[in-house]
Amino acid sequence: MTDVSISHVPAEKGRSLWADAWARMKENRAALWSAYYLMFMALLCVFGPWFTSHQFTTIYQDYNRVPPSFSAYPKPEMIDLAVKDAVQRSRVKLAGWEEKDGKILITITSAKPIDERMTRYIDRSSVFEGTQVVQKSADSLKLVMSTSVEKQYFFFGTDNSGRDMLTRTLMAGRVSLAIGLLAGLVAVVIGVLYGATAGFIGGKTDEVMMRIVDVLYALPFIFFVIMLVVFFGRNFVLMFLAVGAVLWLDMARIVRGQALSIKRQEYVQAAEALGVNRWGILIRHIVPNLLGPVVIYMTLLVPQVIILESFLSYLGLGVQEPMSSWGVMISQGAKNMPSANWLIAIPSFFLTTTLFALNFIGDGLRDALDPKDR
Amino acid sequence: MNMNFKSWLVGTTMLVMGTTGAFAEVVFNRGNSADPESLDPHKTSTVYEAHILRDLFMGLTIHNAKAEVEPGAAESWTISPDGKVYTFKLRAGATWSDGSPVTANDFVFSWQRVVDPATAAEYAYMLAPVVNAEDVTAGKKKPDELGVKALDDMTFEVTLNAPTPYLLEMLTHQATYPVSKANVEKFGADFIKPGNLVSNGAYVLAEFVPNDHVKAVKNDKFYDAANVKIDTVNFIPTEDRSTAMKRFEAGELDSNDDIPTEQLTDLKAKFGDQVHLGPYLGTYYYVFKIHKAPWDNVKLRHAISEAIDRDYLAEKVWQNTMIPAYSFVPPGISGYETRTTEYAEMSQIDREDAAKKALAELGYSPDKPLKMEIRYNTSENHKNTAVAIQEQLKPLGIEVTLLNTDTKTHYGMLEQHGDFDIARAGWIADYKDPSNFLDLCKTGAGNNYAEYSDKEYDELLAAGAAAPAPEERMKKLSDAEAIGVARDLCVVPLLYYGFHTVVSNKLKGWEDNVMDVHPTRFLSKE
Amino acid sequence: MLRYVFRRFLTAIPTLFVIVSIAFFLMRVAPGGPFNQEKGLNPVIKANLERVFHLDEPLWKQFLFYLRNLLSGDFGPSYNLPDFTVADLFKAGLPVSLQLGAMALILALVIGSALGIWAALRQNQLTDYAVVGVATAGSTIPTFVIAPLFQLFFALTLHWFPVGGWGGGALINKVGPVLTLMLPQLAIVARLMRGSMIESLHAHHIRTARAMGLSDYSVVIRHALRGALLPIVSYSGPAAAALLTGSVIVETIFSIPGVGRYFVEAALNRDYTLVMGTVVLIAIFTVLFNLIVDILYAVIDPRVRYD
Repeated sequence: MTDVSISHVPAEKGRSLWADAWARMKENRAALWSAYYLMFMALLCVFGPWFTSHQFTTIYQDYNRVPPSFSAYPKPEMIDLAVKDAVQRSRVKLAGWEEKDGKILITITSAKPIDERMTRYIDRSSVFEGTQVVQKSADSLKLVMSTSVEKQYFFFGTDNSGRDMLTRTLMAGRVSLAIGLLAGLVAVVIGVLYGATAGFIGGKTDEVMMRIVDVLYALPFIFFVIMLVVFFGRNFVLMFLAVGAVLWLDMARIVRGQALSIKRQEYVQAAEALGVNRWGILIRHIVPNLLGPVVIYMTLLVPQVIILESFLSYLGLGVQEPMSSWGVMISQGAKNMPSANWLIAIPSFFLTTTLFALNFIGDGLRDALDPKDR
Repeated sequence: MNMNFKSWLVGTTMLVMGTTGAFAEVVFNRGNSADPESLDPHKTSTVYEAHILRDLFMGLTIHNAKAEVEPGAAESWTISPDGKVYTFKLRAGATWSDGSPVTANDFVFSWQRVVDPATAAEYAYMLAPVVNAEDVTAGKKKPDELGVKALDDMTFEVTLNAPTPYLLEMLTHQATYPVSKANVEKFGADFIKPGNLVSNGAYVLAEFVPNDHVKAVKNDKFYDAANVKIDTVNFIPTEDRSTAMKRFEAGELDSNDDIPTEQLTDLKAKFGDQVHLGPYLGTYYYVFKIHKAPWDNVKLRHAISEAIDRDYLAEKVWQNTMIPAYSFVPPGISGYETRTTEYAEMSQIDREDAAKKALAELGYSPDKPLKMEIRYNTSENHKNTAVAIQEQLKPLGIEVTLLNTDTKTHYGMLEQHGDFDIARAGWIADYKDPSNFLDLCKTGAGNNYAEYSDKEYDELLAAGAAAPAPEERMKKLSDAEAIGVARDLCVVPLLYYGFHTVVSNKLKGWEDNVMDVHPTRFLSKE
Repeated sequence: MLRYVFRRFLTAIPTLFVIVSIAFFLMRVAPGGPFNQEKGLNPVIKANLERVFHLDEPLWKQFLFYLRNLLSGDFGPSYNLPDFTVADLFKAGLPVSLQLGAMALILALVIGSALGIWAALRQNQLTDYAVVGVATAGSTIPTFVIAPLFQLFFALTLHWFPVGGWGGGALINKVGPVLTLMLPQLAIVARLMRGSMIESLHAHHIRTARAMGLSDYSVVIRHALRGALLPIVSYSGPAAAALLTGSVIVETIFSIPGVGRYFVEAALNRDYTLVMGTVVLIAIFTVLFNLIVDILYAVIDPRVRYD
């Protein structure tokens, strides 16, 4: 790679590097499709929750752990249960119910006169809506109510609390992706600045700075993260900024190594000899050469953070309710295995495919940006 | 190949597990949610240790299979007419596992050890009814000033501050168990190590591998050894409840003291009547910080309490493993009348109407919503409970936020009376008596997280403690609950605990009871 | 070389000191303490406990006290498991974690490298894609999903292995934990090996060797592998330190009495001494394995010299 001629105008070289990389990237089918997939996933998670017809916090009391289905809930056999449940909670007796012209007629009796507000108990069930009193016995001991069934769609089923899994999965996706990106960015920014500084200044400063990195390396990561959760647990974004602030060590080492080797490259030395000032060298030669490894590292770091988040969720240290993340959902689903398997299968699918895509993009970028391969 | 491989595997397992020995040894693999923190009975605090220590040791009284009090290390006892002096006649022929007799001096030594500040026993307060016990623990008096005496080798006398009708019940607790004086003096702090530990129960400690198992084998010197049918108990820590269920299914465990409630429906279908559910003497509650506005308004506290749909929590969140609670003291203590909040009998919709009205009167409206933060410690069910309450309060215009912290942070904050709105807590009875609950709302009590303080309440508790007749005592305590809990909501009772265990059909003699106490000596295995 | 090793050990001492200090004070400013629990203690009893464990003394005094004990090799008693000293707990748990970790590491390195080389030699063929796909899957599915799946399939359905437990160290009890520990590592090793092998195969001297008619086998083993090993070596240092000190997830799900769980439990329980013990343990492992990696570097790559 040292035979890159210095007669090239640096700006042009930069362009050609990226243009070249882009061309290679386009040839890499897996990476390209991964990029599309990732974009699709991001859009889905950001905009999807507005179109699911459910709030991610709403609890449907009668639909705990219902399996995914493309047909509407309630299923016919659920109506009976819902009627019984609703009547039982209102502390009166169910005399019977029947379906007539798409309406449900419920007859109740009681030893005490029945209040007409009883309809609210039926309405409260997530299965029924628009309950009305049709008939009332003279002594108010018997009441007939008519109600209609409220249709709900749960394409991904519901969770243990009776919340729509589709909406929650998408909301969780926002959190997981945001956390990954945020922590990744923080790590990269700190790592690049730190590593580049150490590499360029060199000498004693470099030695001291790298010593500090060594010390932090030997500090148990889990311990550090748990302490961060304990301190910042209130605010998860802050918490992951902190995690990012721990993950910059590798980045710093990589960048420092690169900086050291670039500094010794002939073309940089030549530019120096030609009297180009330090900033000029930094921006025209060093930054473009560093960008490759940084971008690659970033695509590897994001999945790493997402996995870390799921690990924390497993330990019960994840995002605060009612928010969620894929990690939180998977760890909850894992606790339910082997029952209610959609609770684990769906978020796992989202998480795994996203990480897959990120990995392929990382590989693709590495191949595309690797100067040796050109 | 498949068959060979499998039989080879099975062979190895058999060898290792040692389940097929030369003689038919009966092994009981007992799942226990956590490892014991310690096997020193005076240094323990949790029910997980209680399960093990109950097998290793025997207190003056014991719980039988139904959790009824029976004579244990004491054969009989007499109570002075004023109810303040108990004289225990120790069981003749009962010995330590090394063959030496259990003497009254061992009890004197043990009880002094419990209250000694140098032991720092977490349950030293169990002996608080004994004369001078609290002063000794506080370092104001010497341990030998404790009100216990060995009248002779076989007679142990206890002098109490006041008649304490629940004393005999309390003596089943591990904090009152004897340790062998000679043994402790010989080994010092290492006396609890396997091989060193000498105990007077039906089993002796054989192995303790942390996070793996505690193995106890039958004590041949036990006075009733002839009726002990299980030879070996392995207490296996089962932190991961899902794994515990799989191990139970695979026959690696014969019982487990907990089941994941989220899987309850499926487990019931799979295990049938091996799933045991029932009431357990404990209460799951929330506490308001009652000295902080706006929670200092008792009307507001009641409005929020009313609006919480406990039936839903019990049925859906806890899958009927818990029971809706409107009083602090759970039902099931004979002679005690629980006093519930006045809306206990109302229907949920009427409660909500009342709550709405109260909130409106207090000036809260959609424009001026009430904000409340629920703090809870990490647990799947605590989380689901808080989430459900958040949703239940939403229609009332209460904006609830949730804050989950790890257990140590949570209780550290509560204990130091940190800043919070409403927080989760729970209490499992140490012994069957209402005072065990009601003391939590006493002025200045350690677990009084609400910092509730009411003169009348304290006086009623004191009057109850001094009352000579049990009926009168219960009446006073009941009145205290009517004031502190039902009127003032020093705690907001949400649910009574229920036990939920799996017990293999092979185990016989397992009796469900409110204390969830199942001594292995009363069990047998097919 | 020996002098180099000696110097590295010397520089490890201040590193350890800094780590111990950070961990000690970080732990103490964390909210809650070892004696906070659901059944709160009354203040008198808590004061007694704190006195027994010297927690009532000024922090700097406790720190000096801890350092002094540490220098004499005494980690102190565990706060939450007072029957055991921290050293006892490590003595019981470390051999378990070491065994599982070593088995997983060796398997991951051997199988992972083999898969990586295989894929590299068939770059952009079906084998390659299959290996990359499986490897990626291995590193993206969380351990706490793989472990219960293993239990459900191999233990409950096929009855080949026990669901959990250590069984006194029986081989059959180790299969699940080792496989679960190994899988993500194997995935990473395979991908690393594939990448560096491809790079190595493209290097000038390898192309020359191939052009000169040396057989593929000899080229791969003698020349390409040597260069390709370096990234694996530098990866396996930290990986070994992490694997050998156990994994909280695998140990909890398979009910294994290792030390991995202490890293999490001790911090969550505010078991100060045990936390410090885990911190020291991992720091020593990290320093040690970094050193081993550096030495291996010199062995593999003659250009690297330490004087």
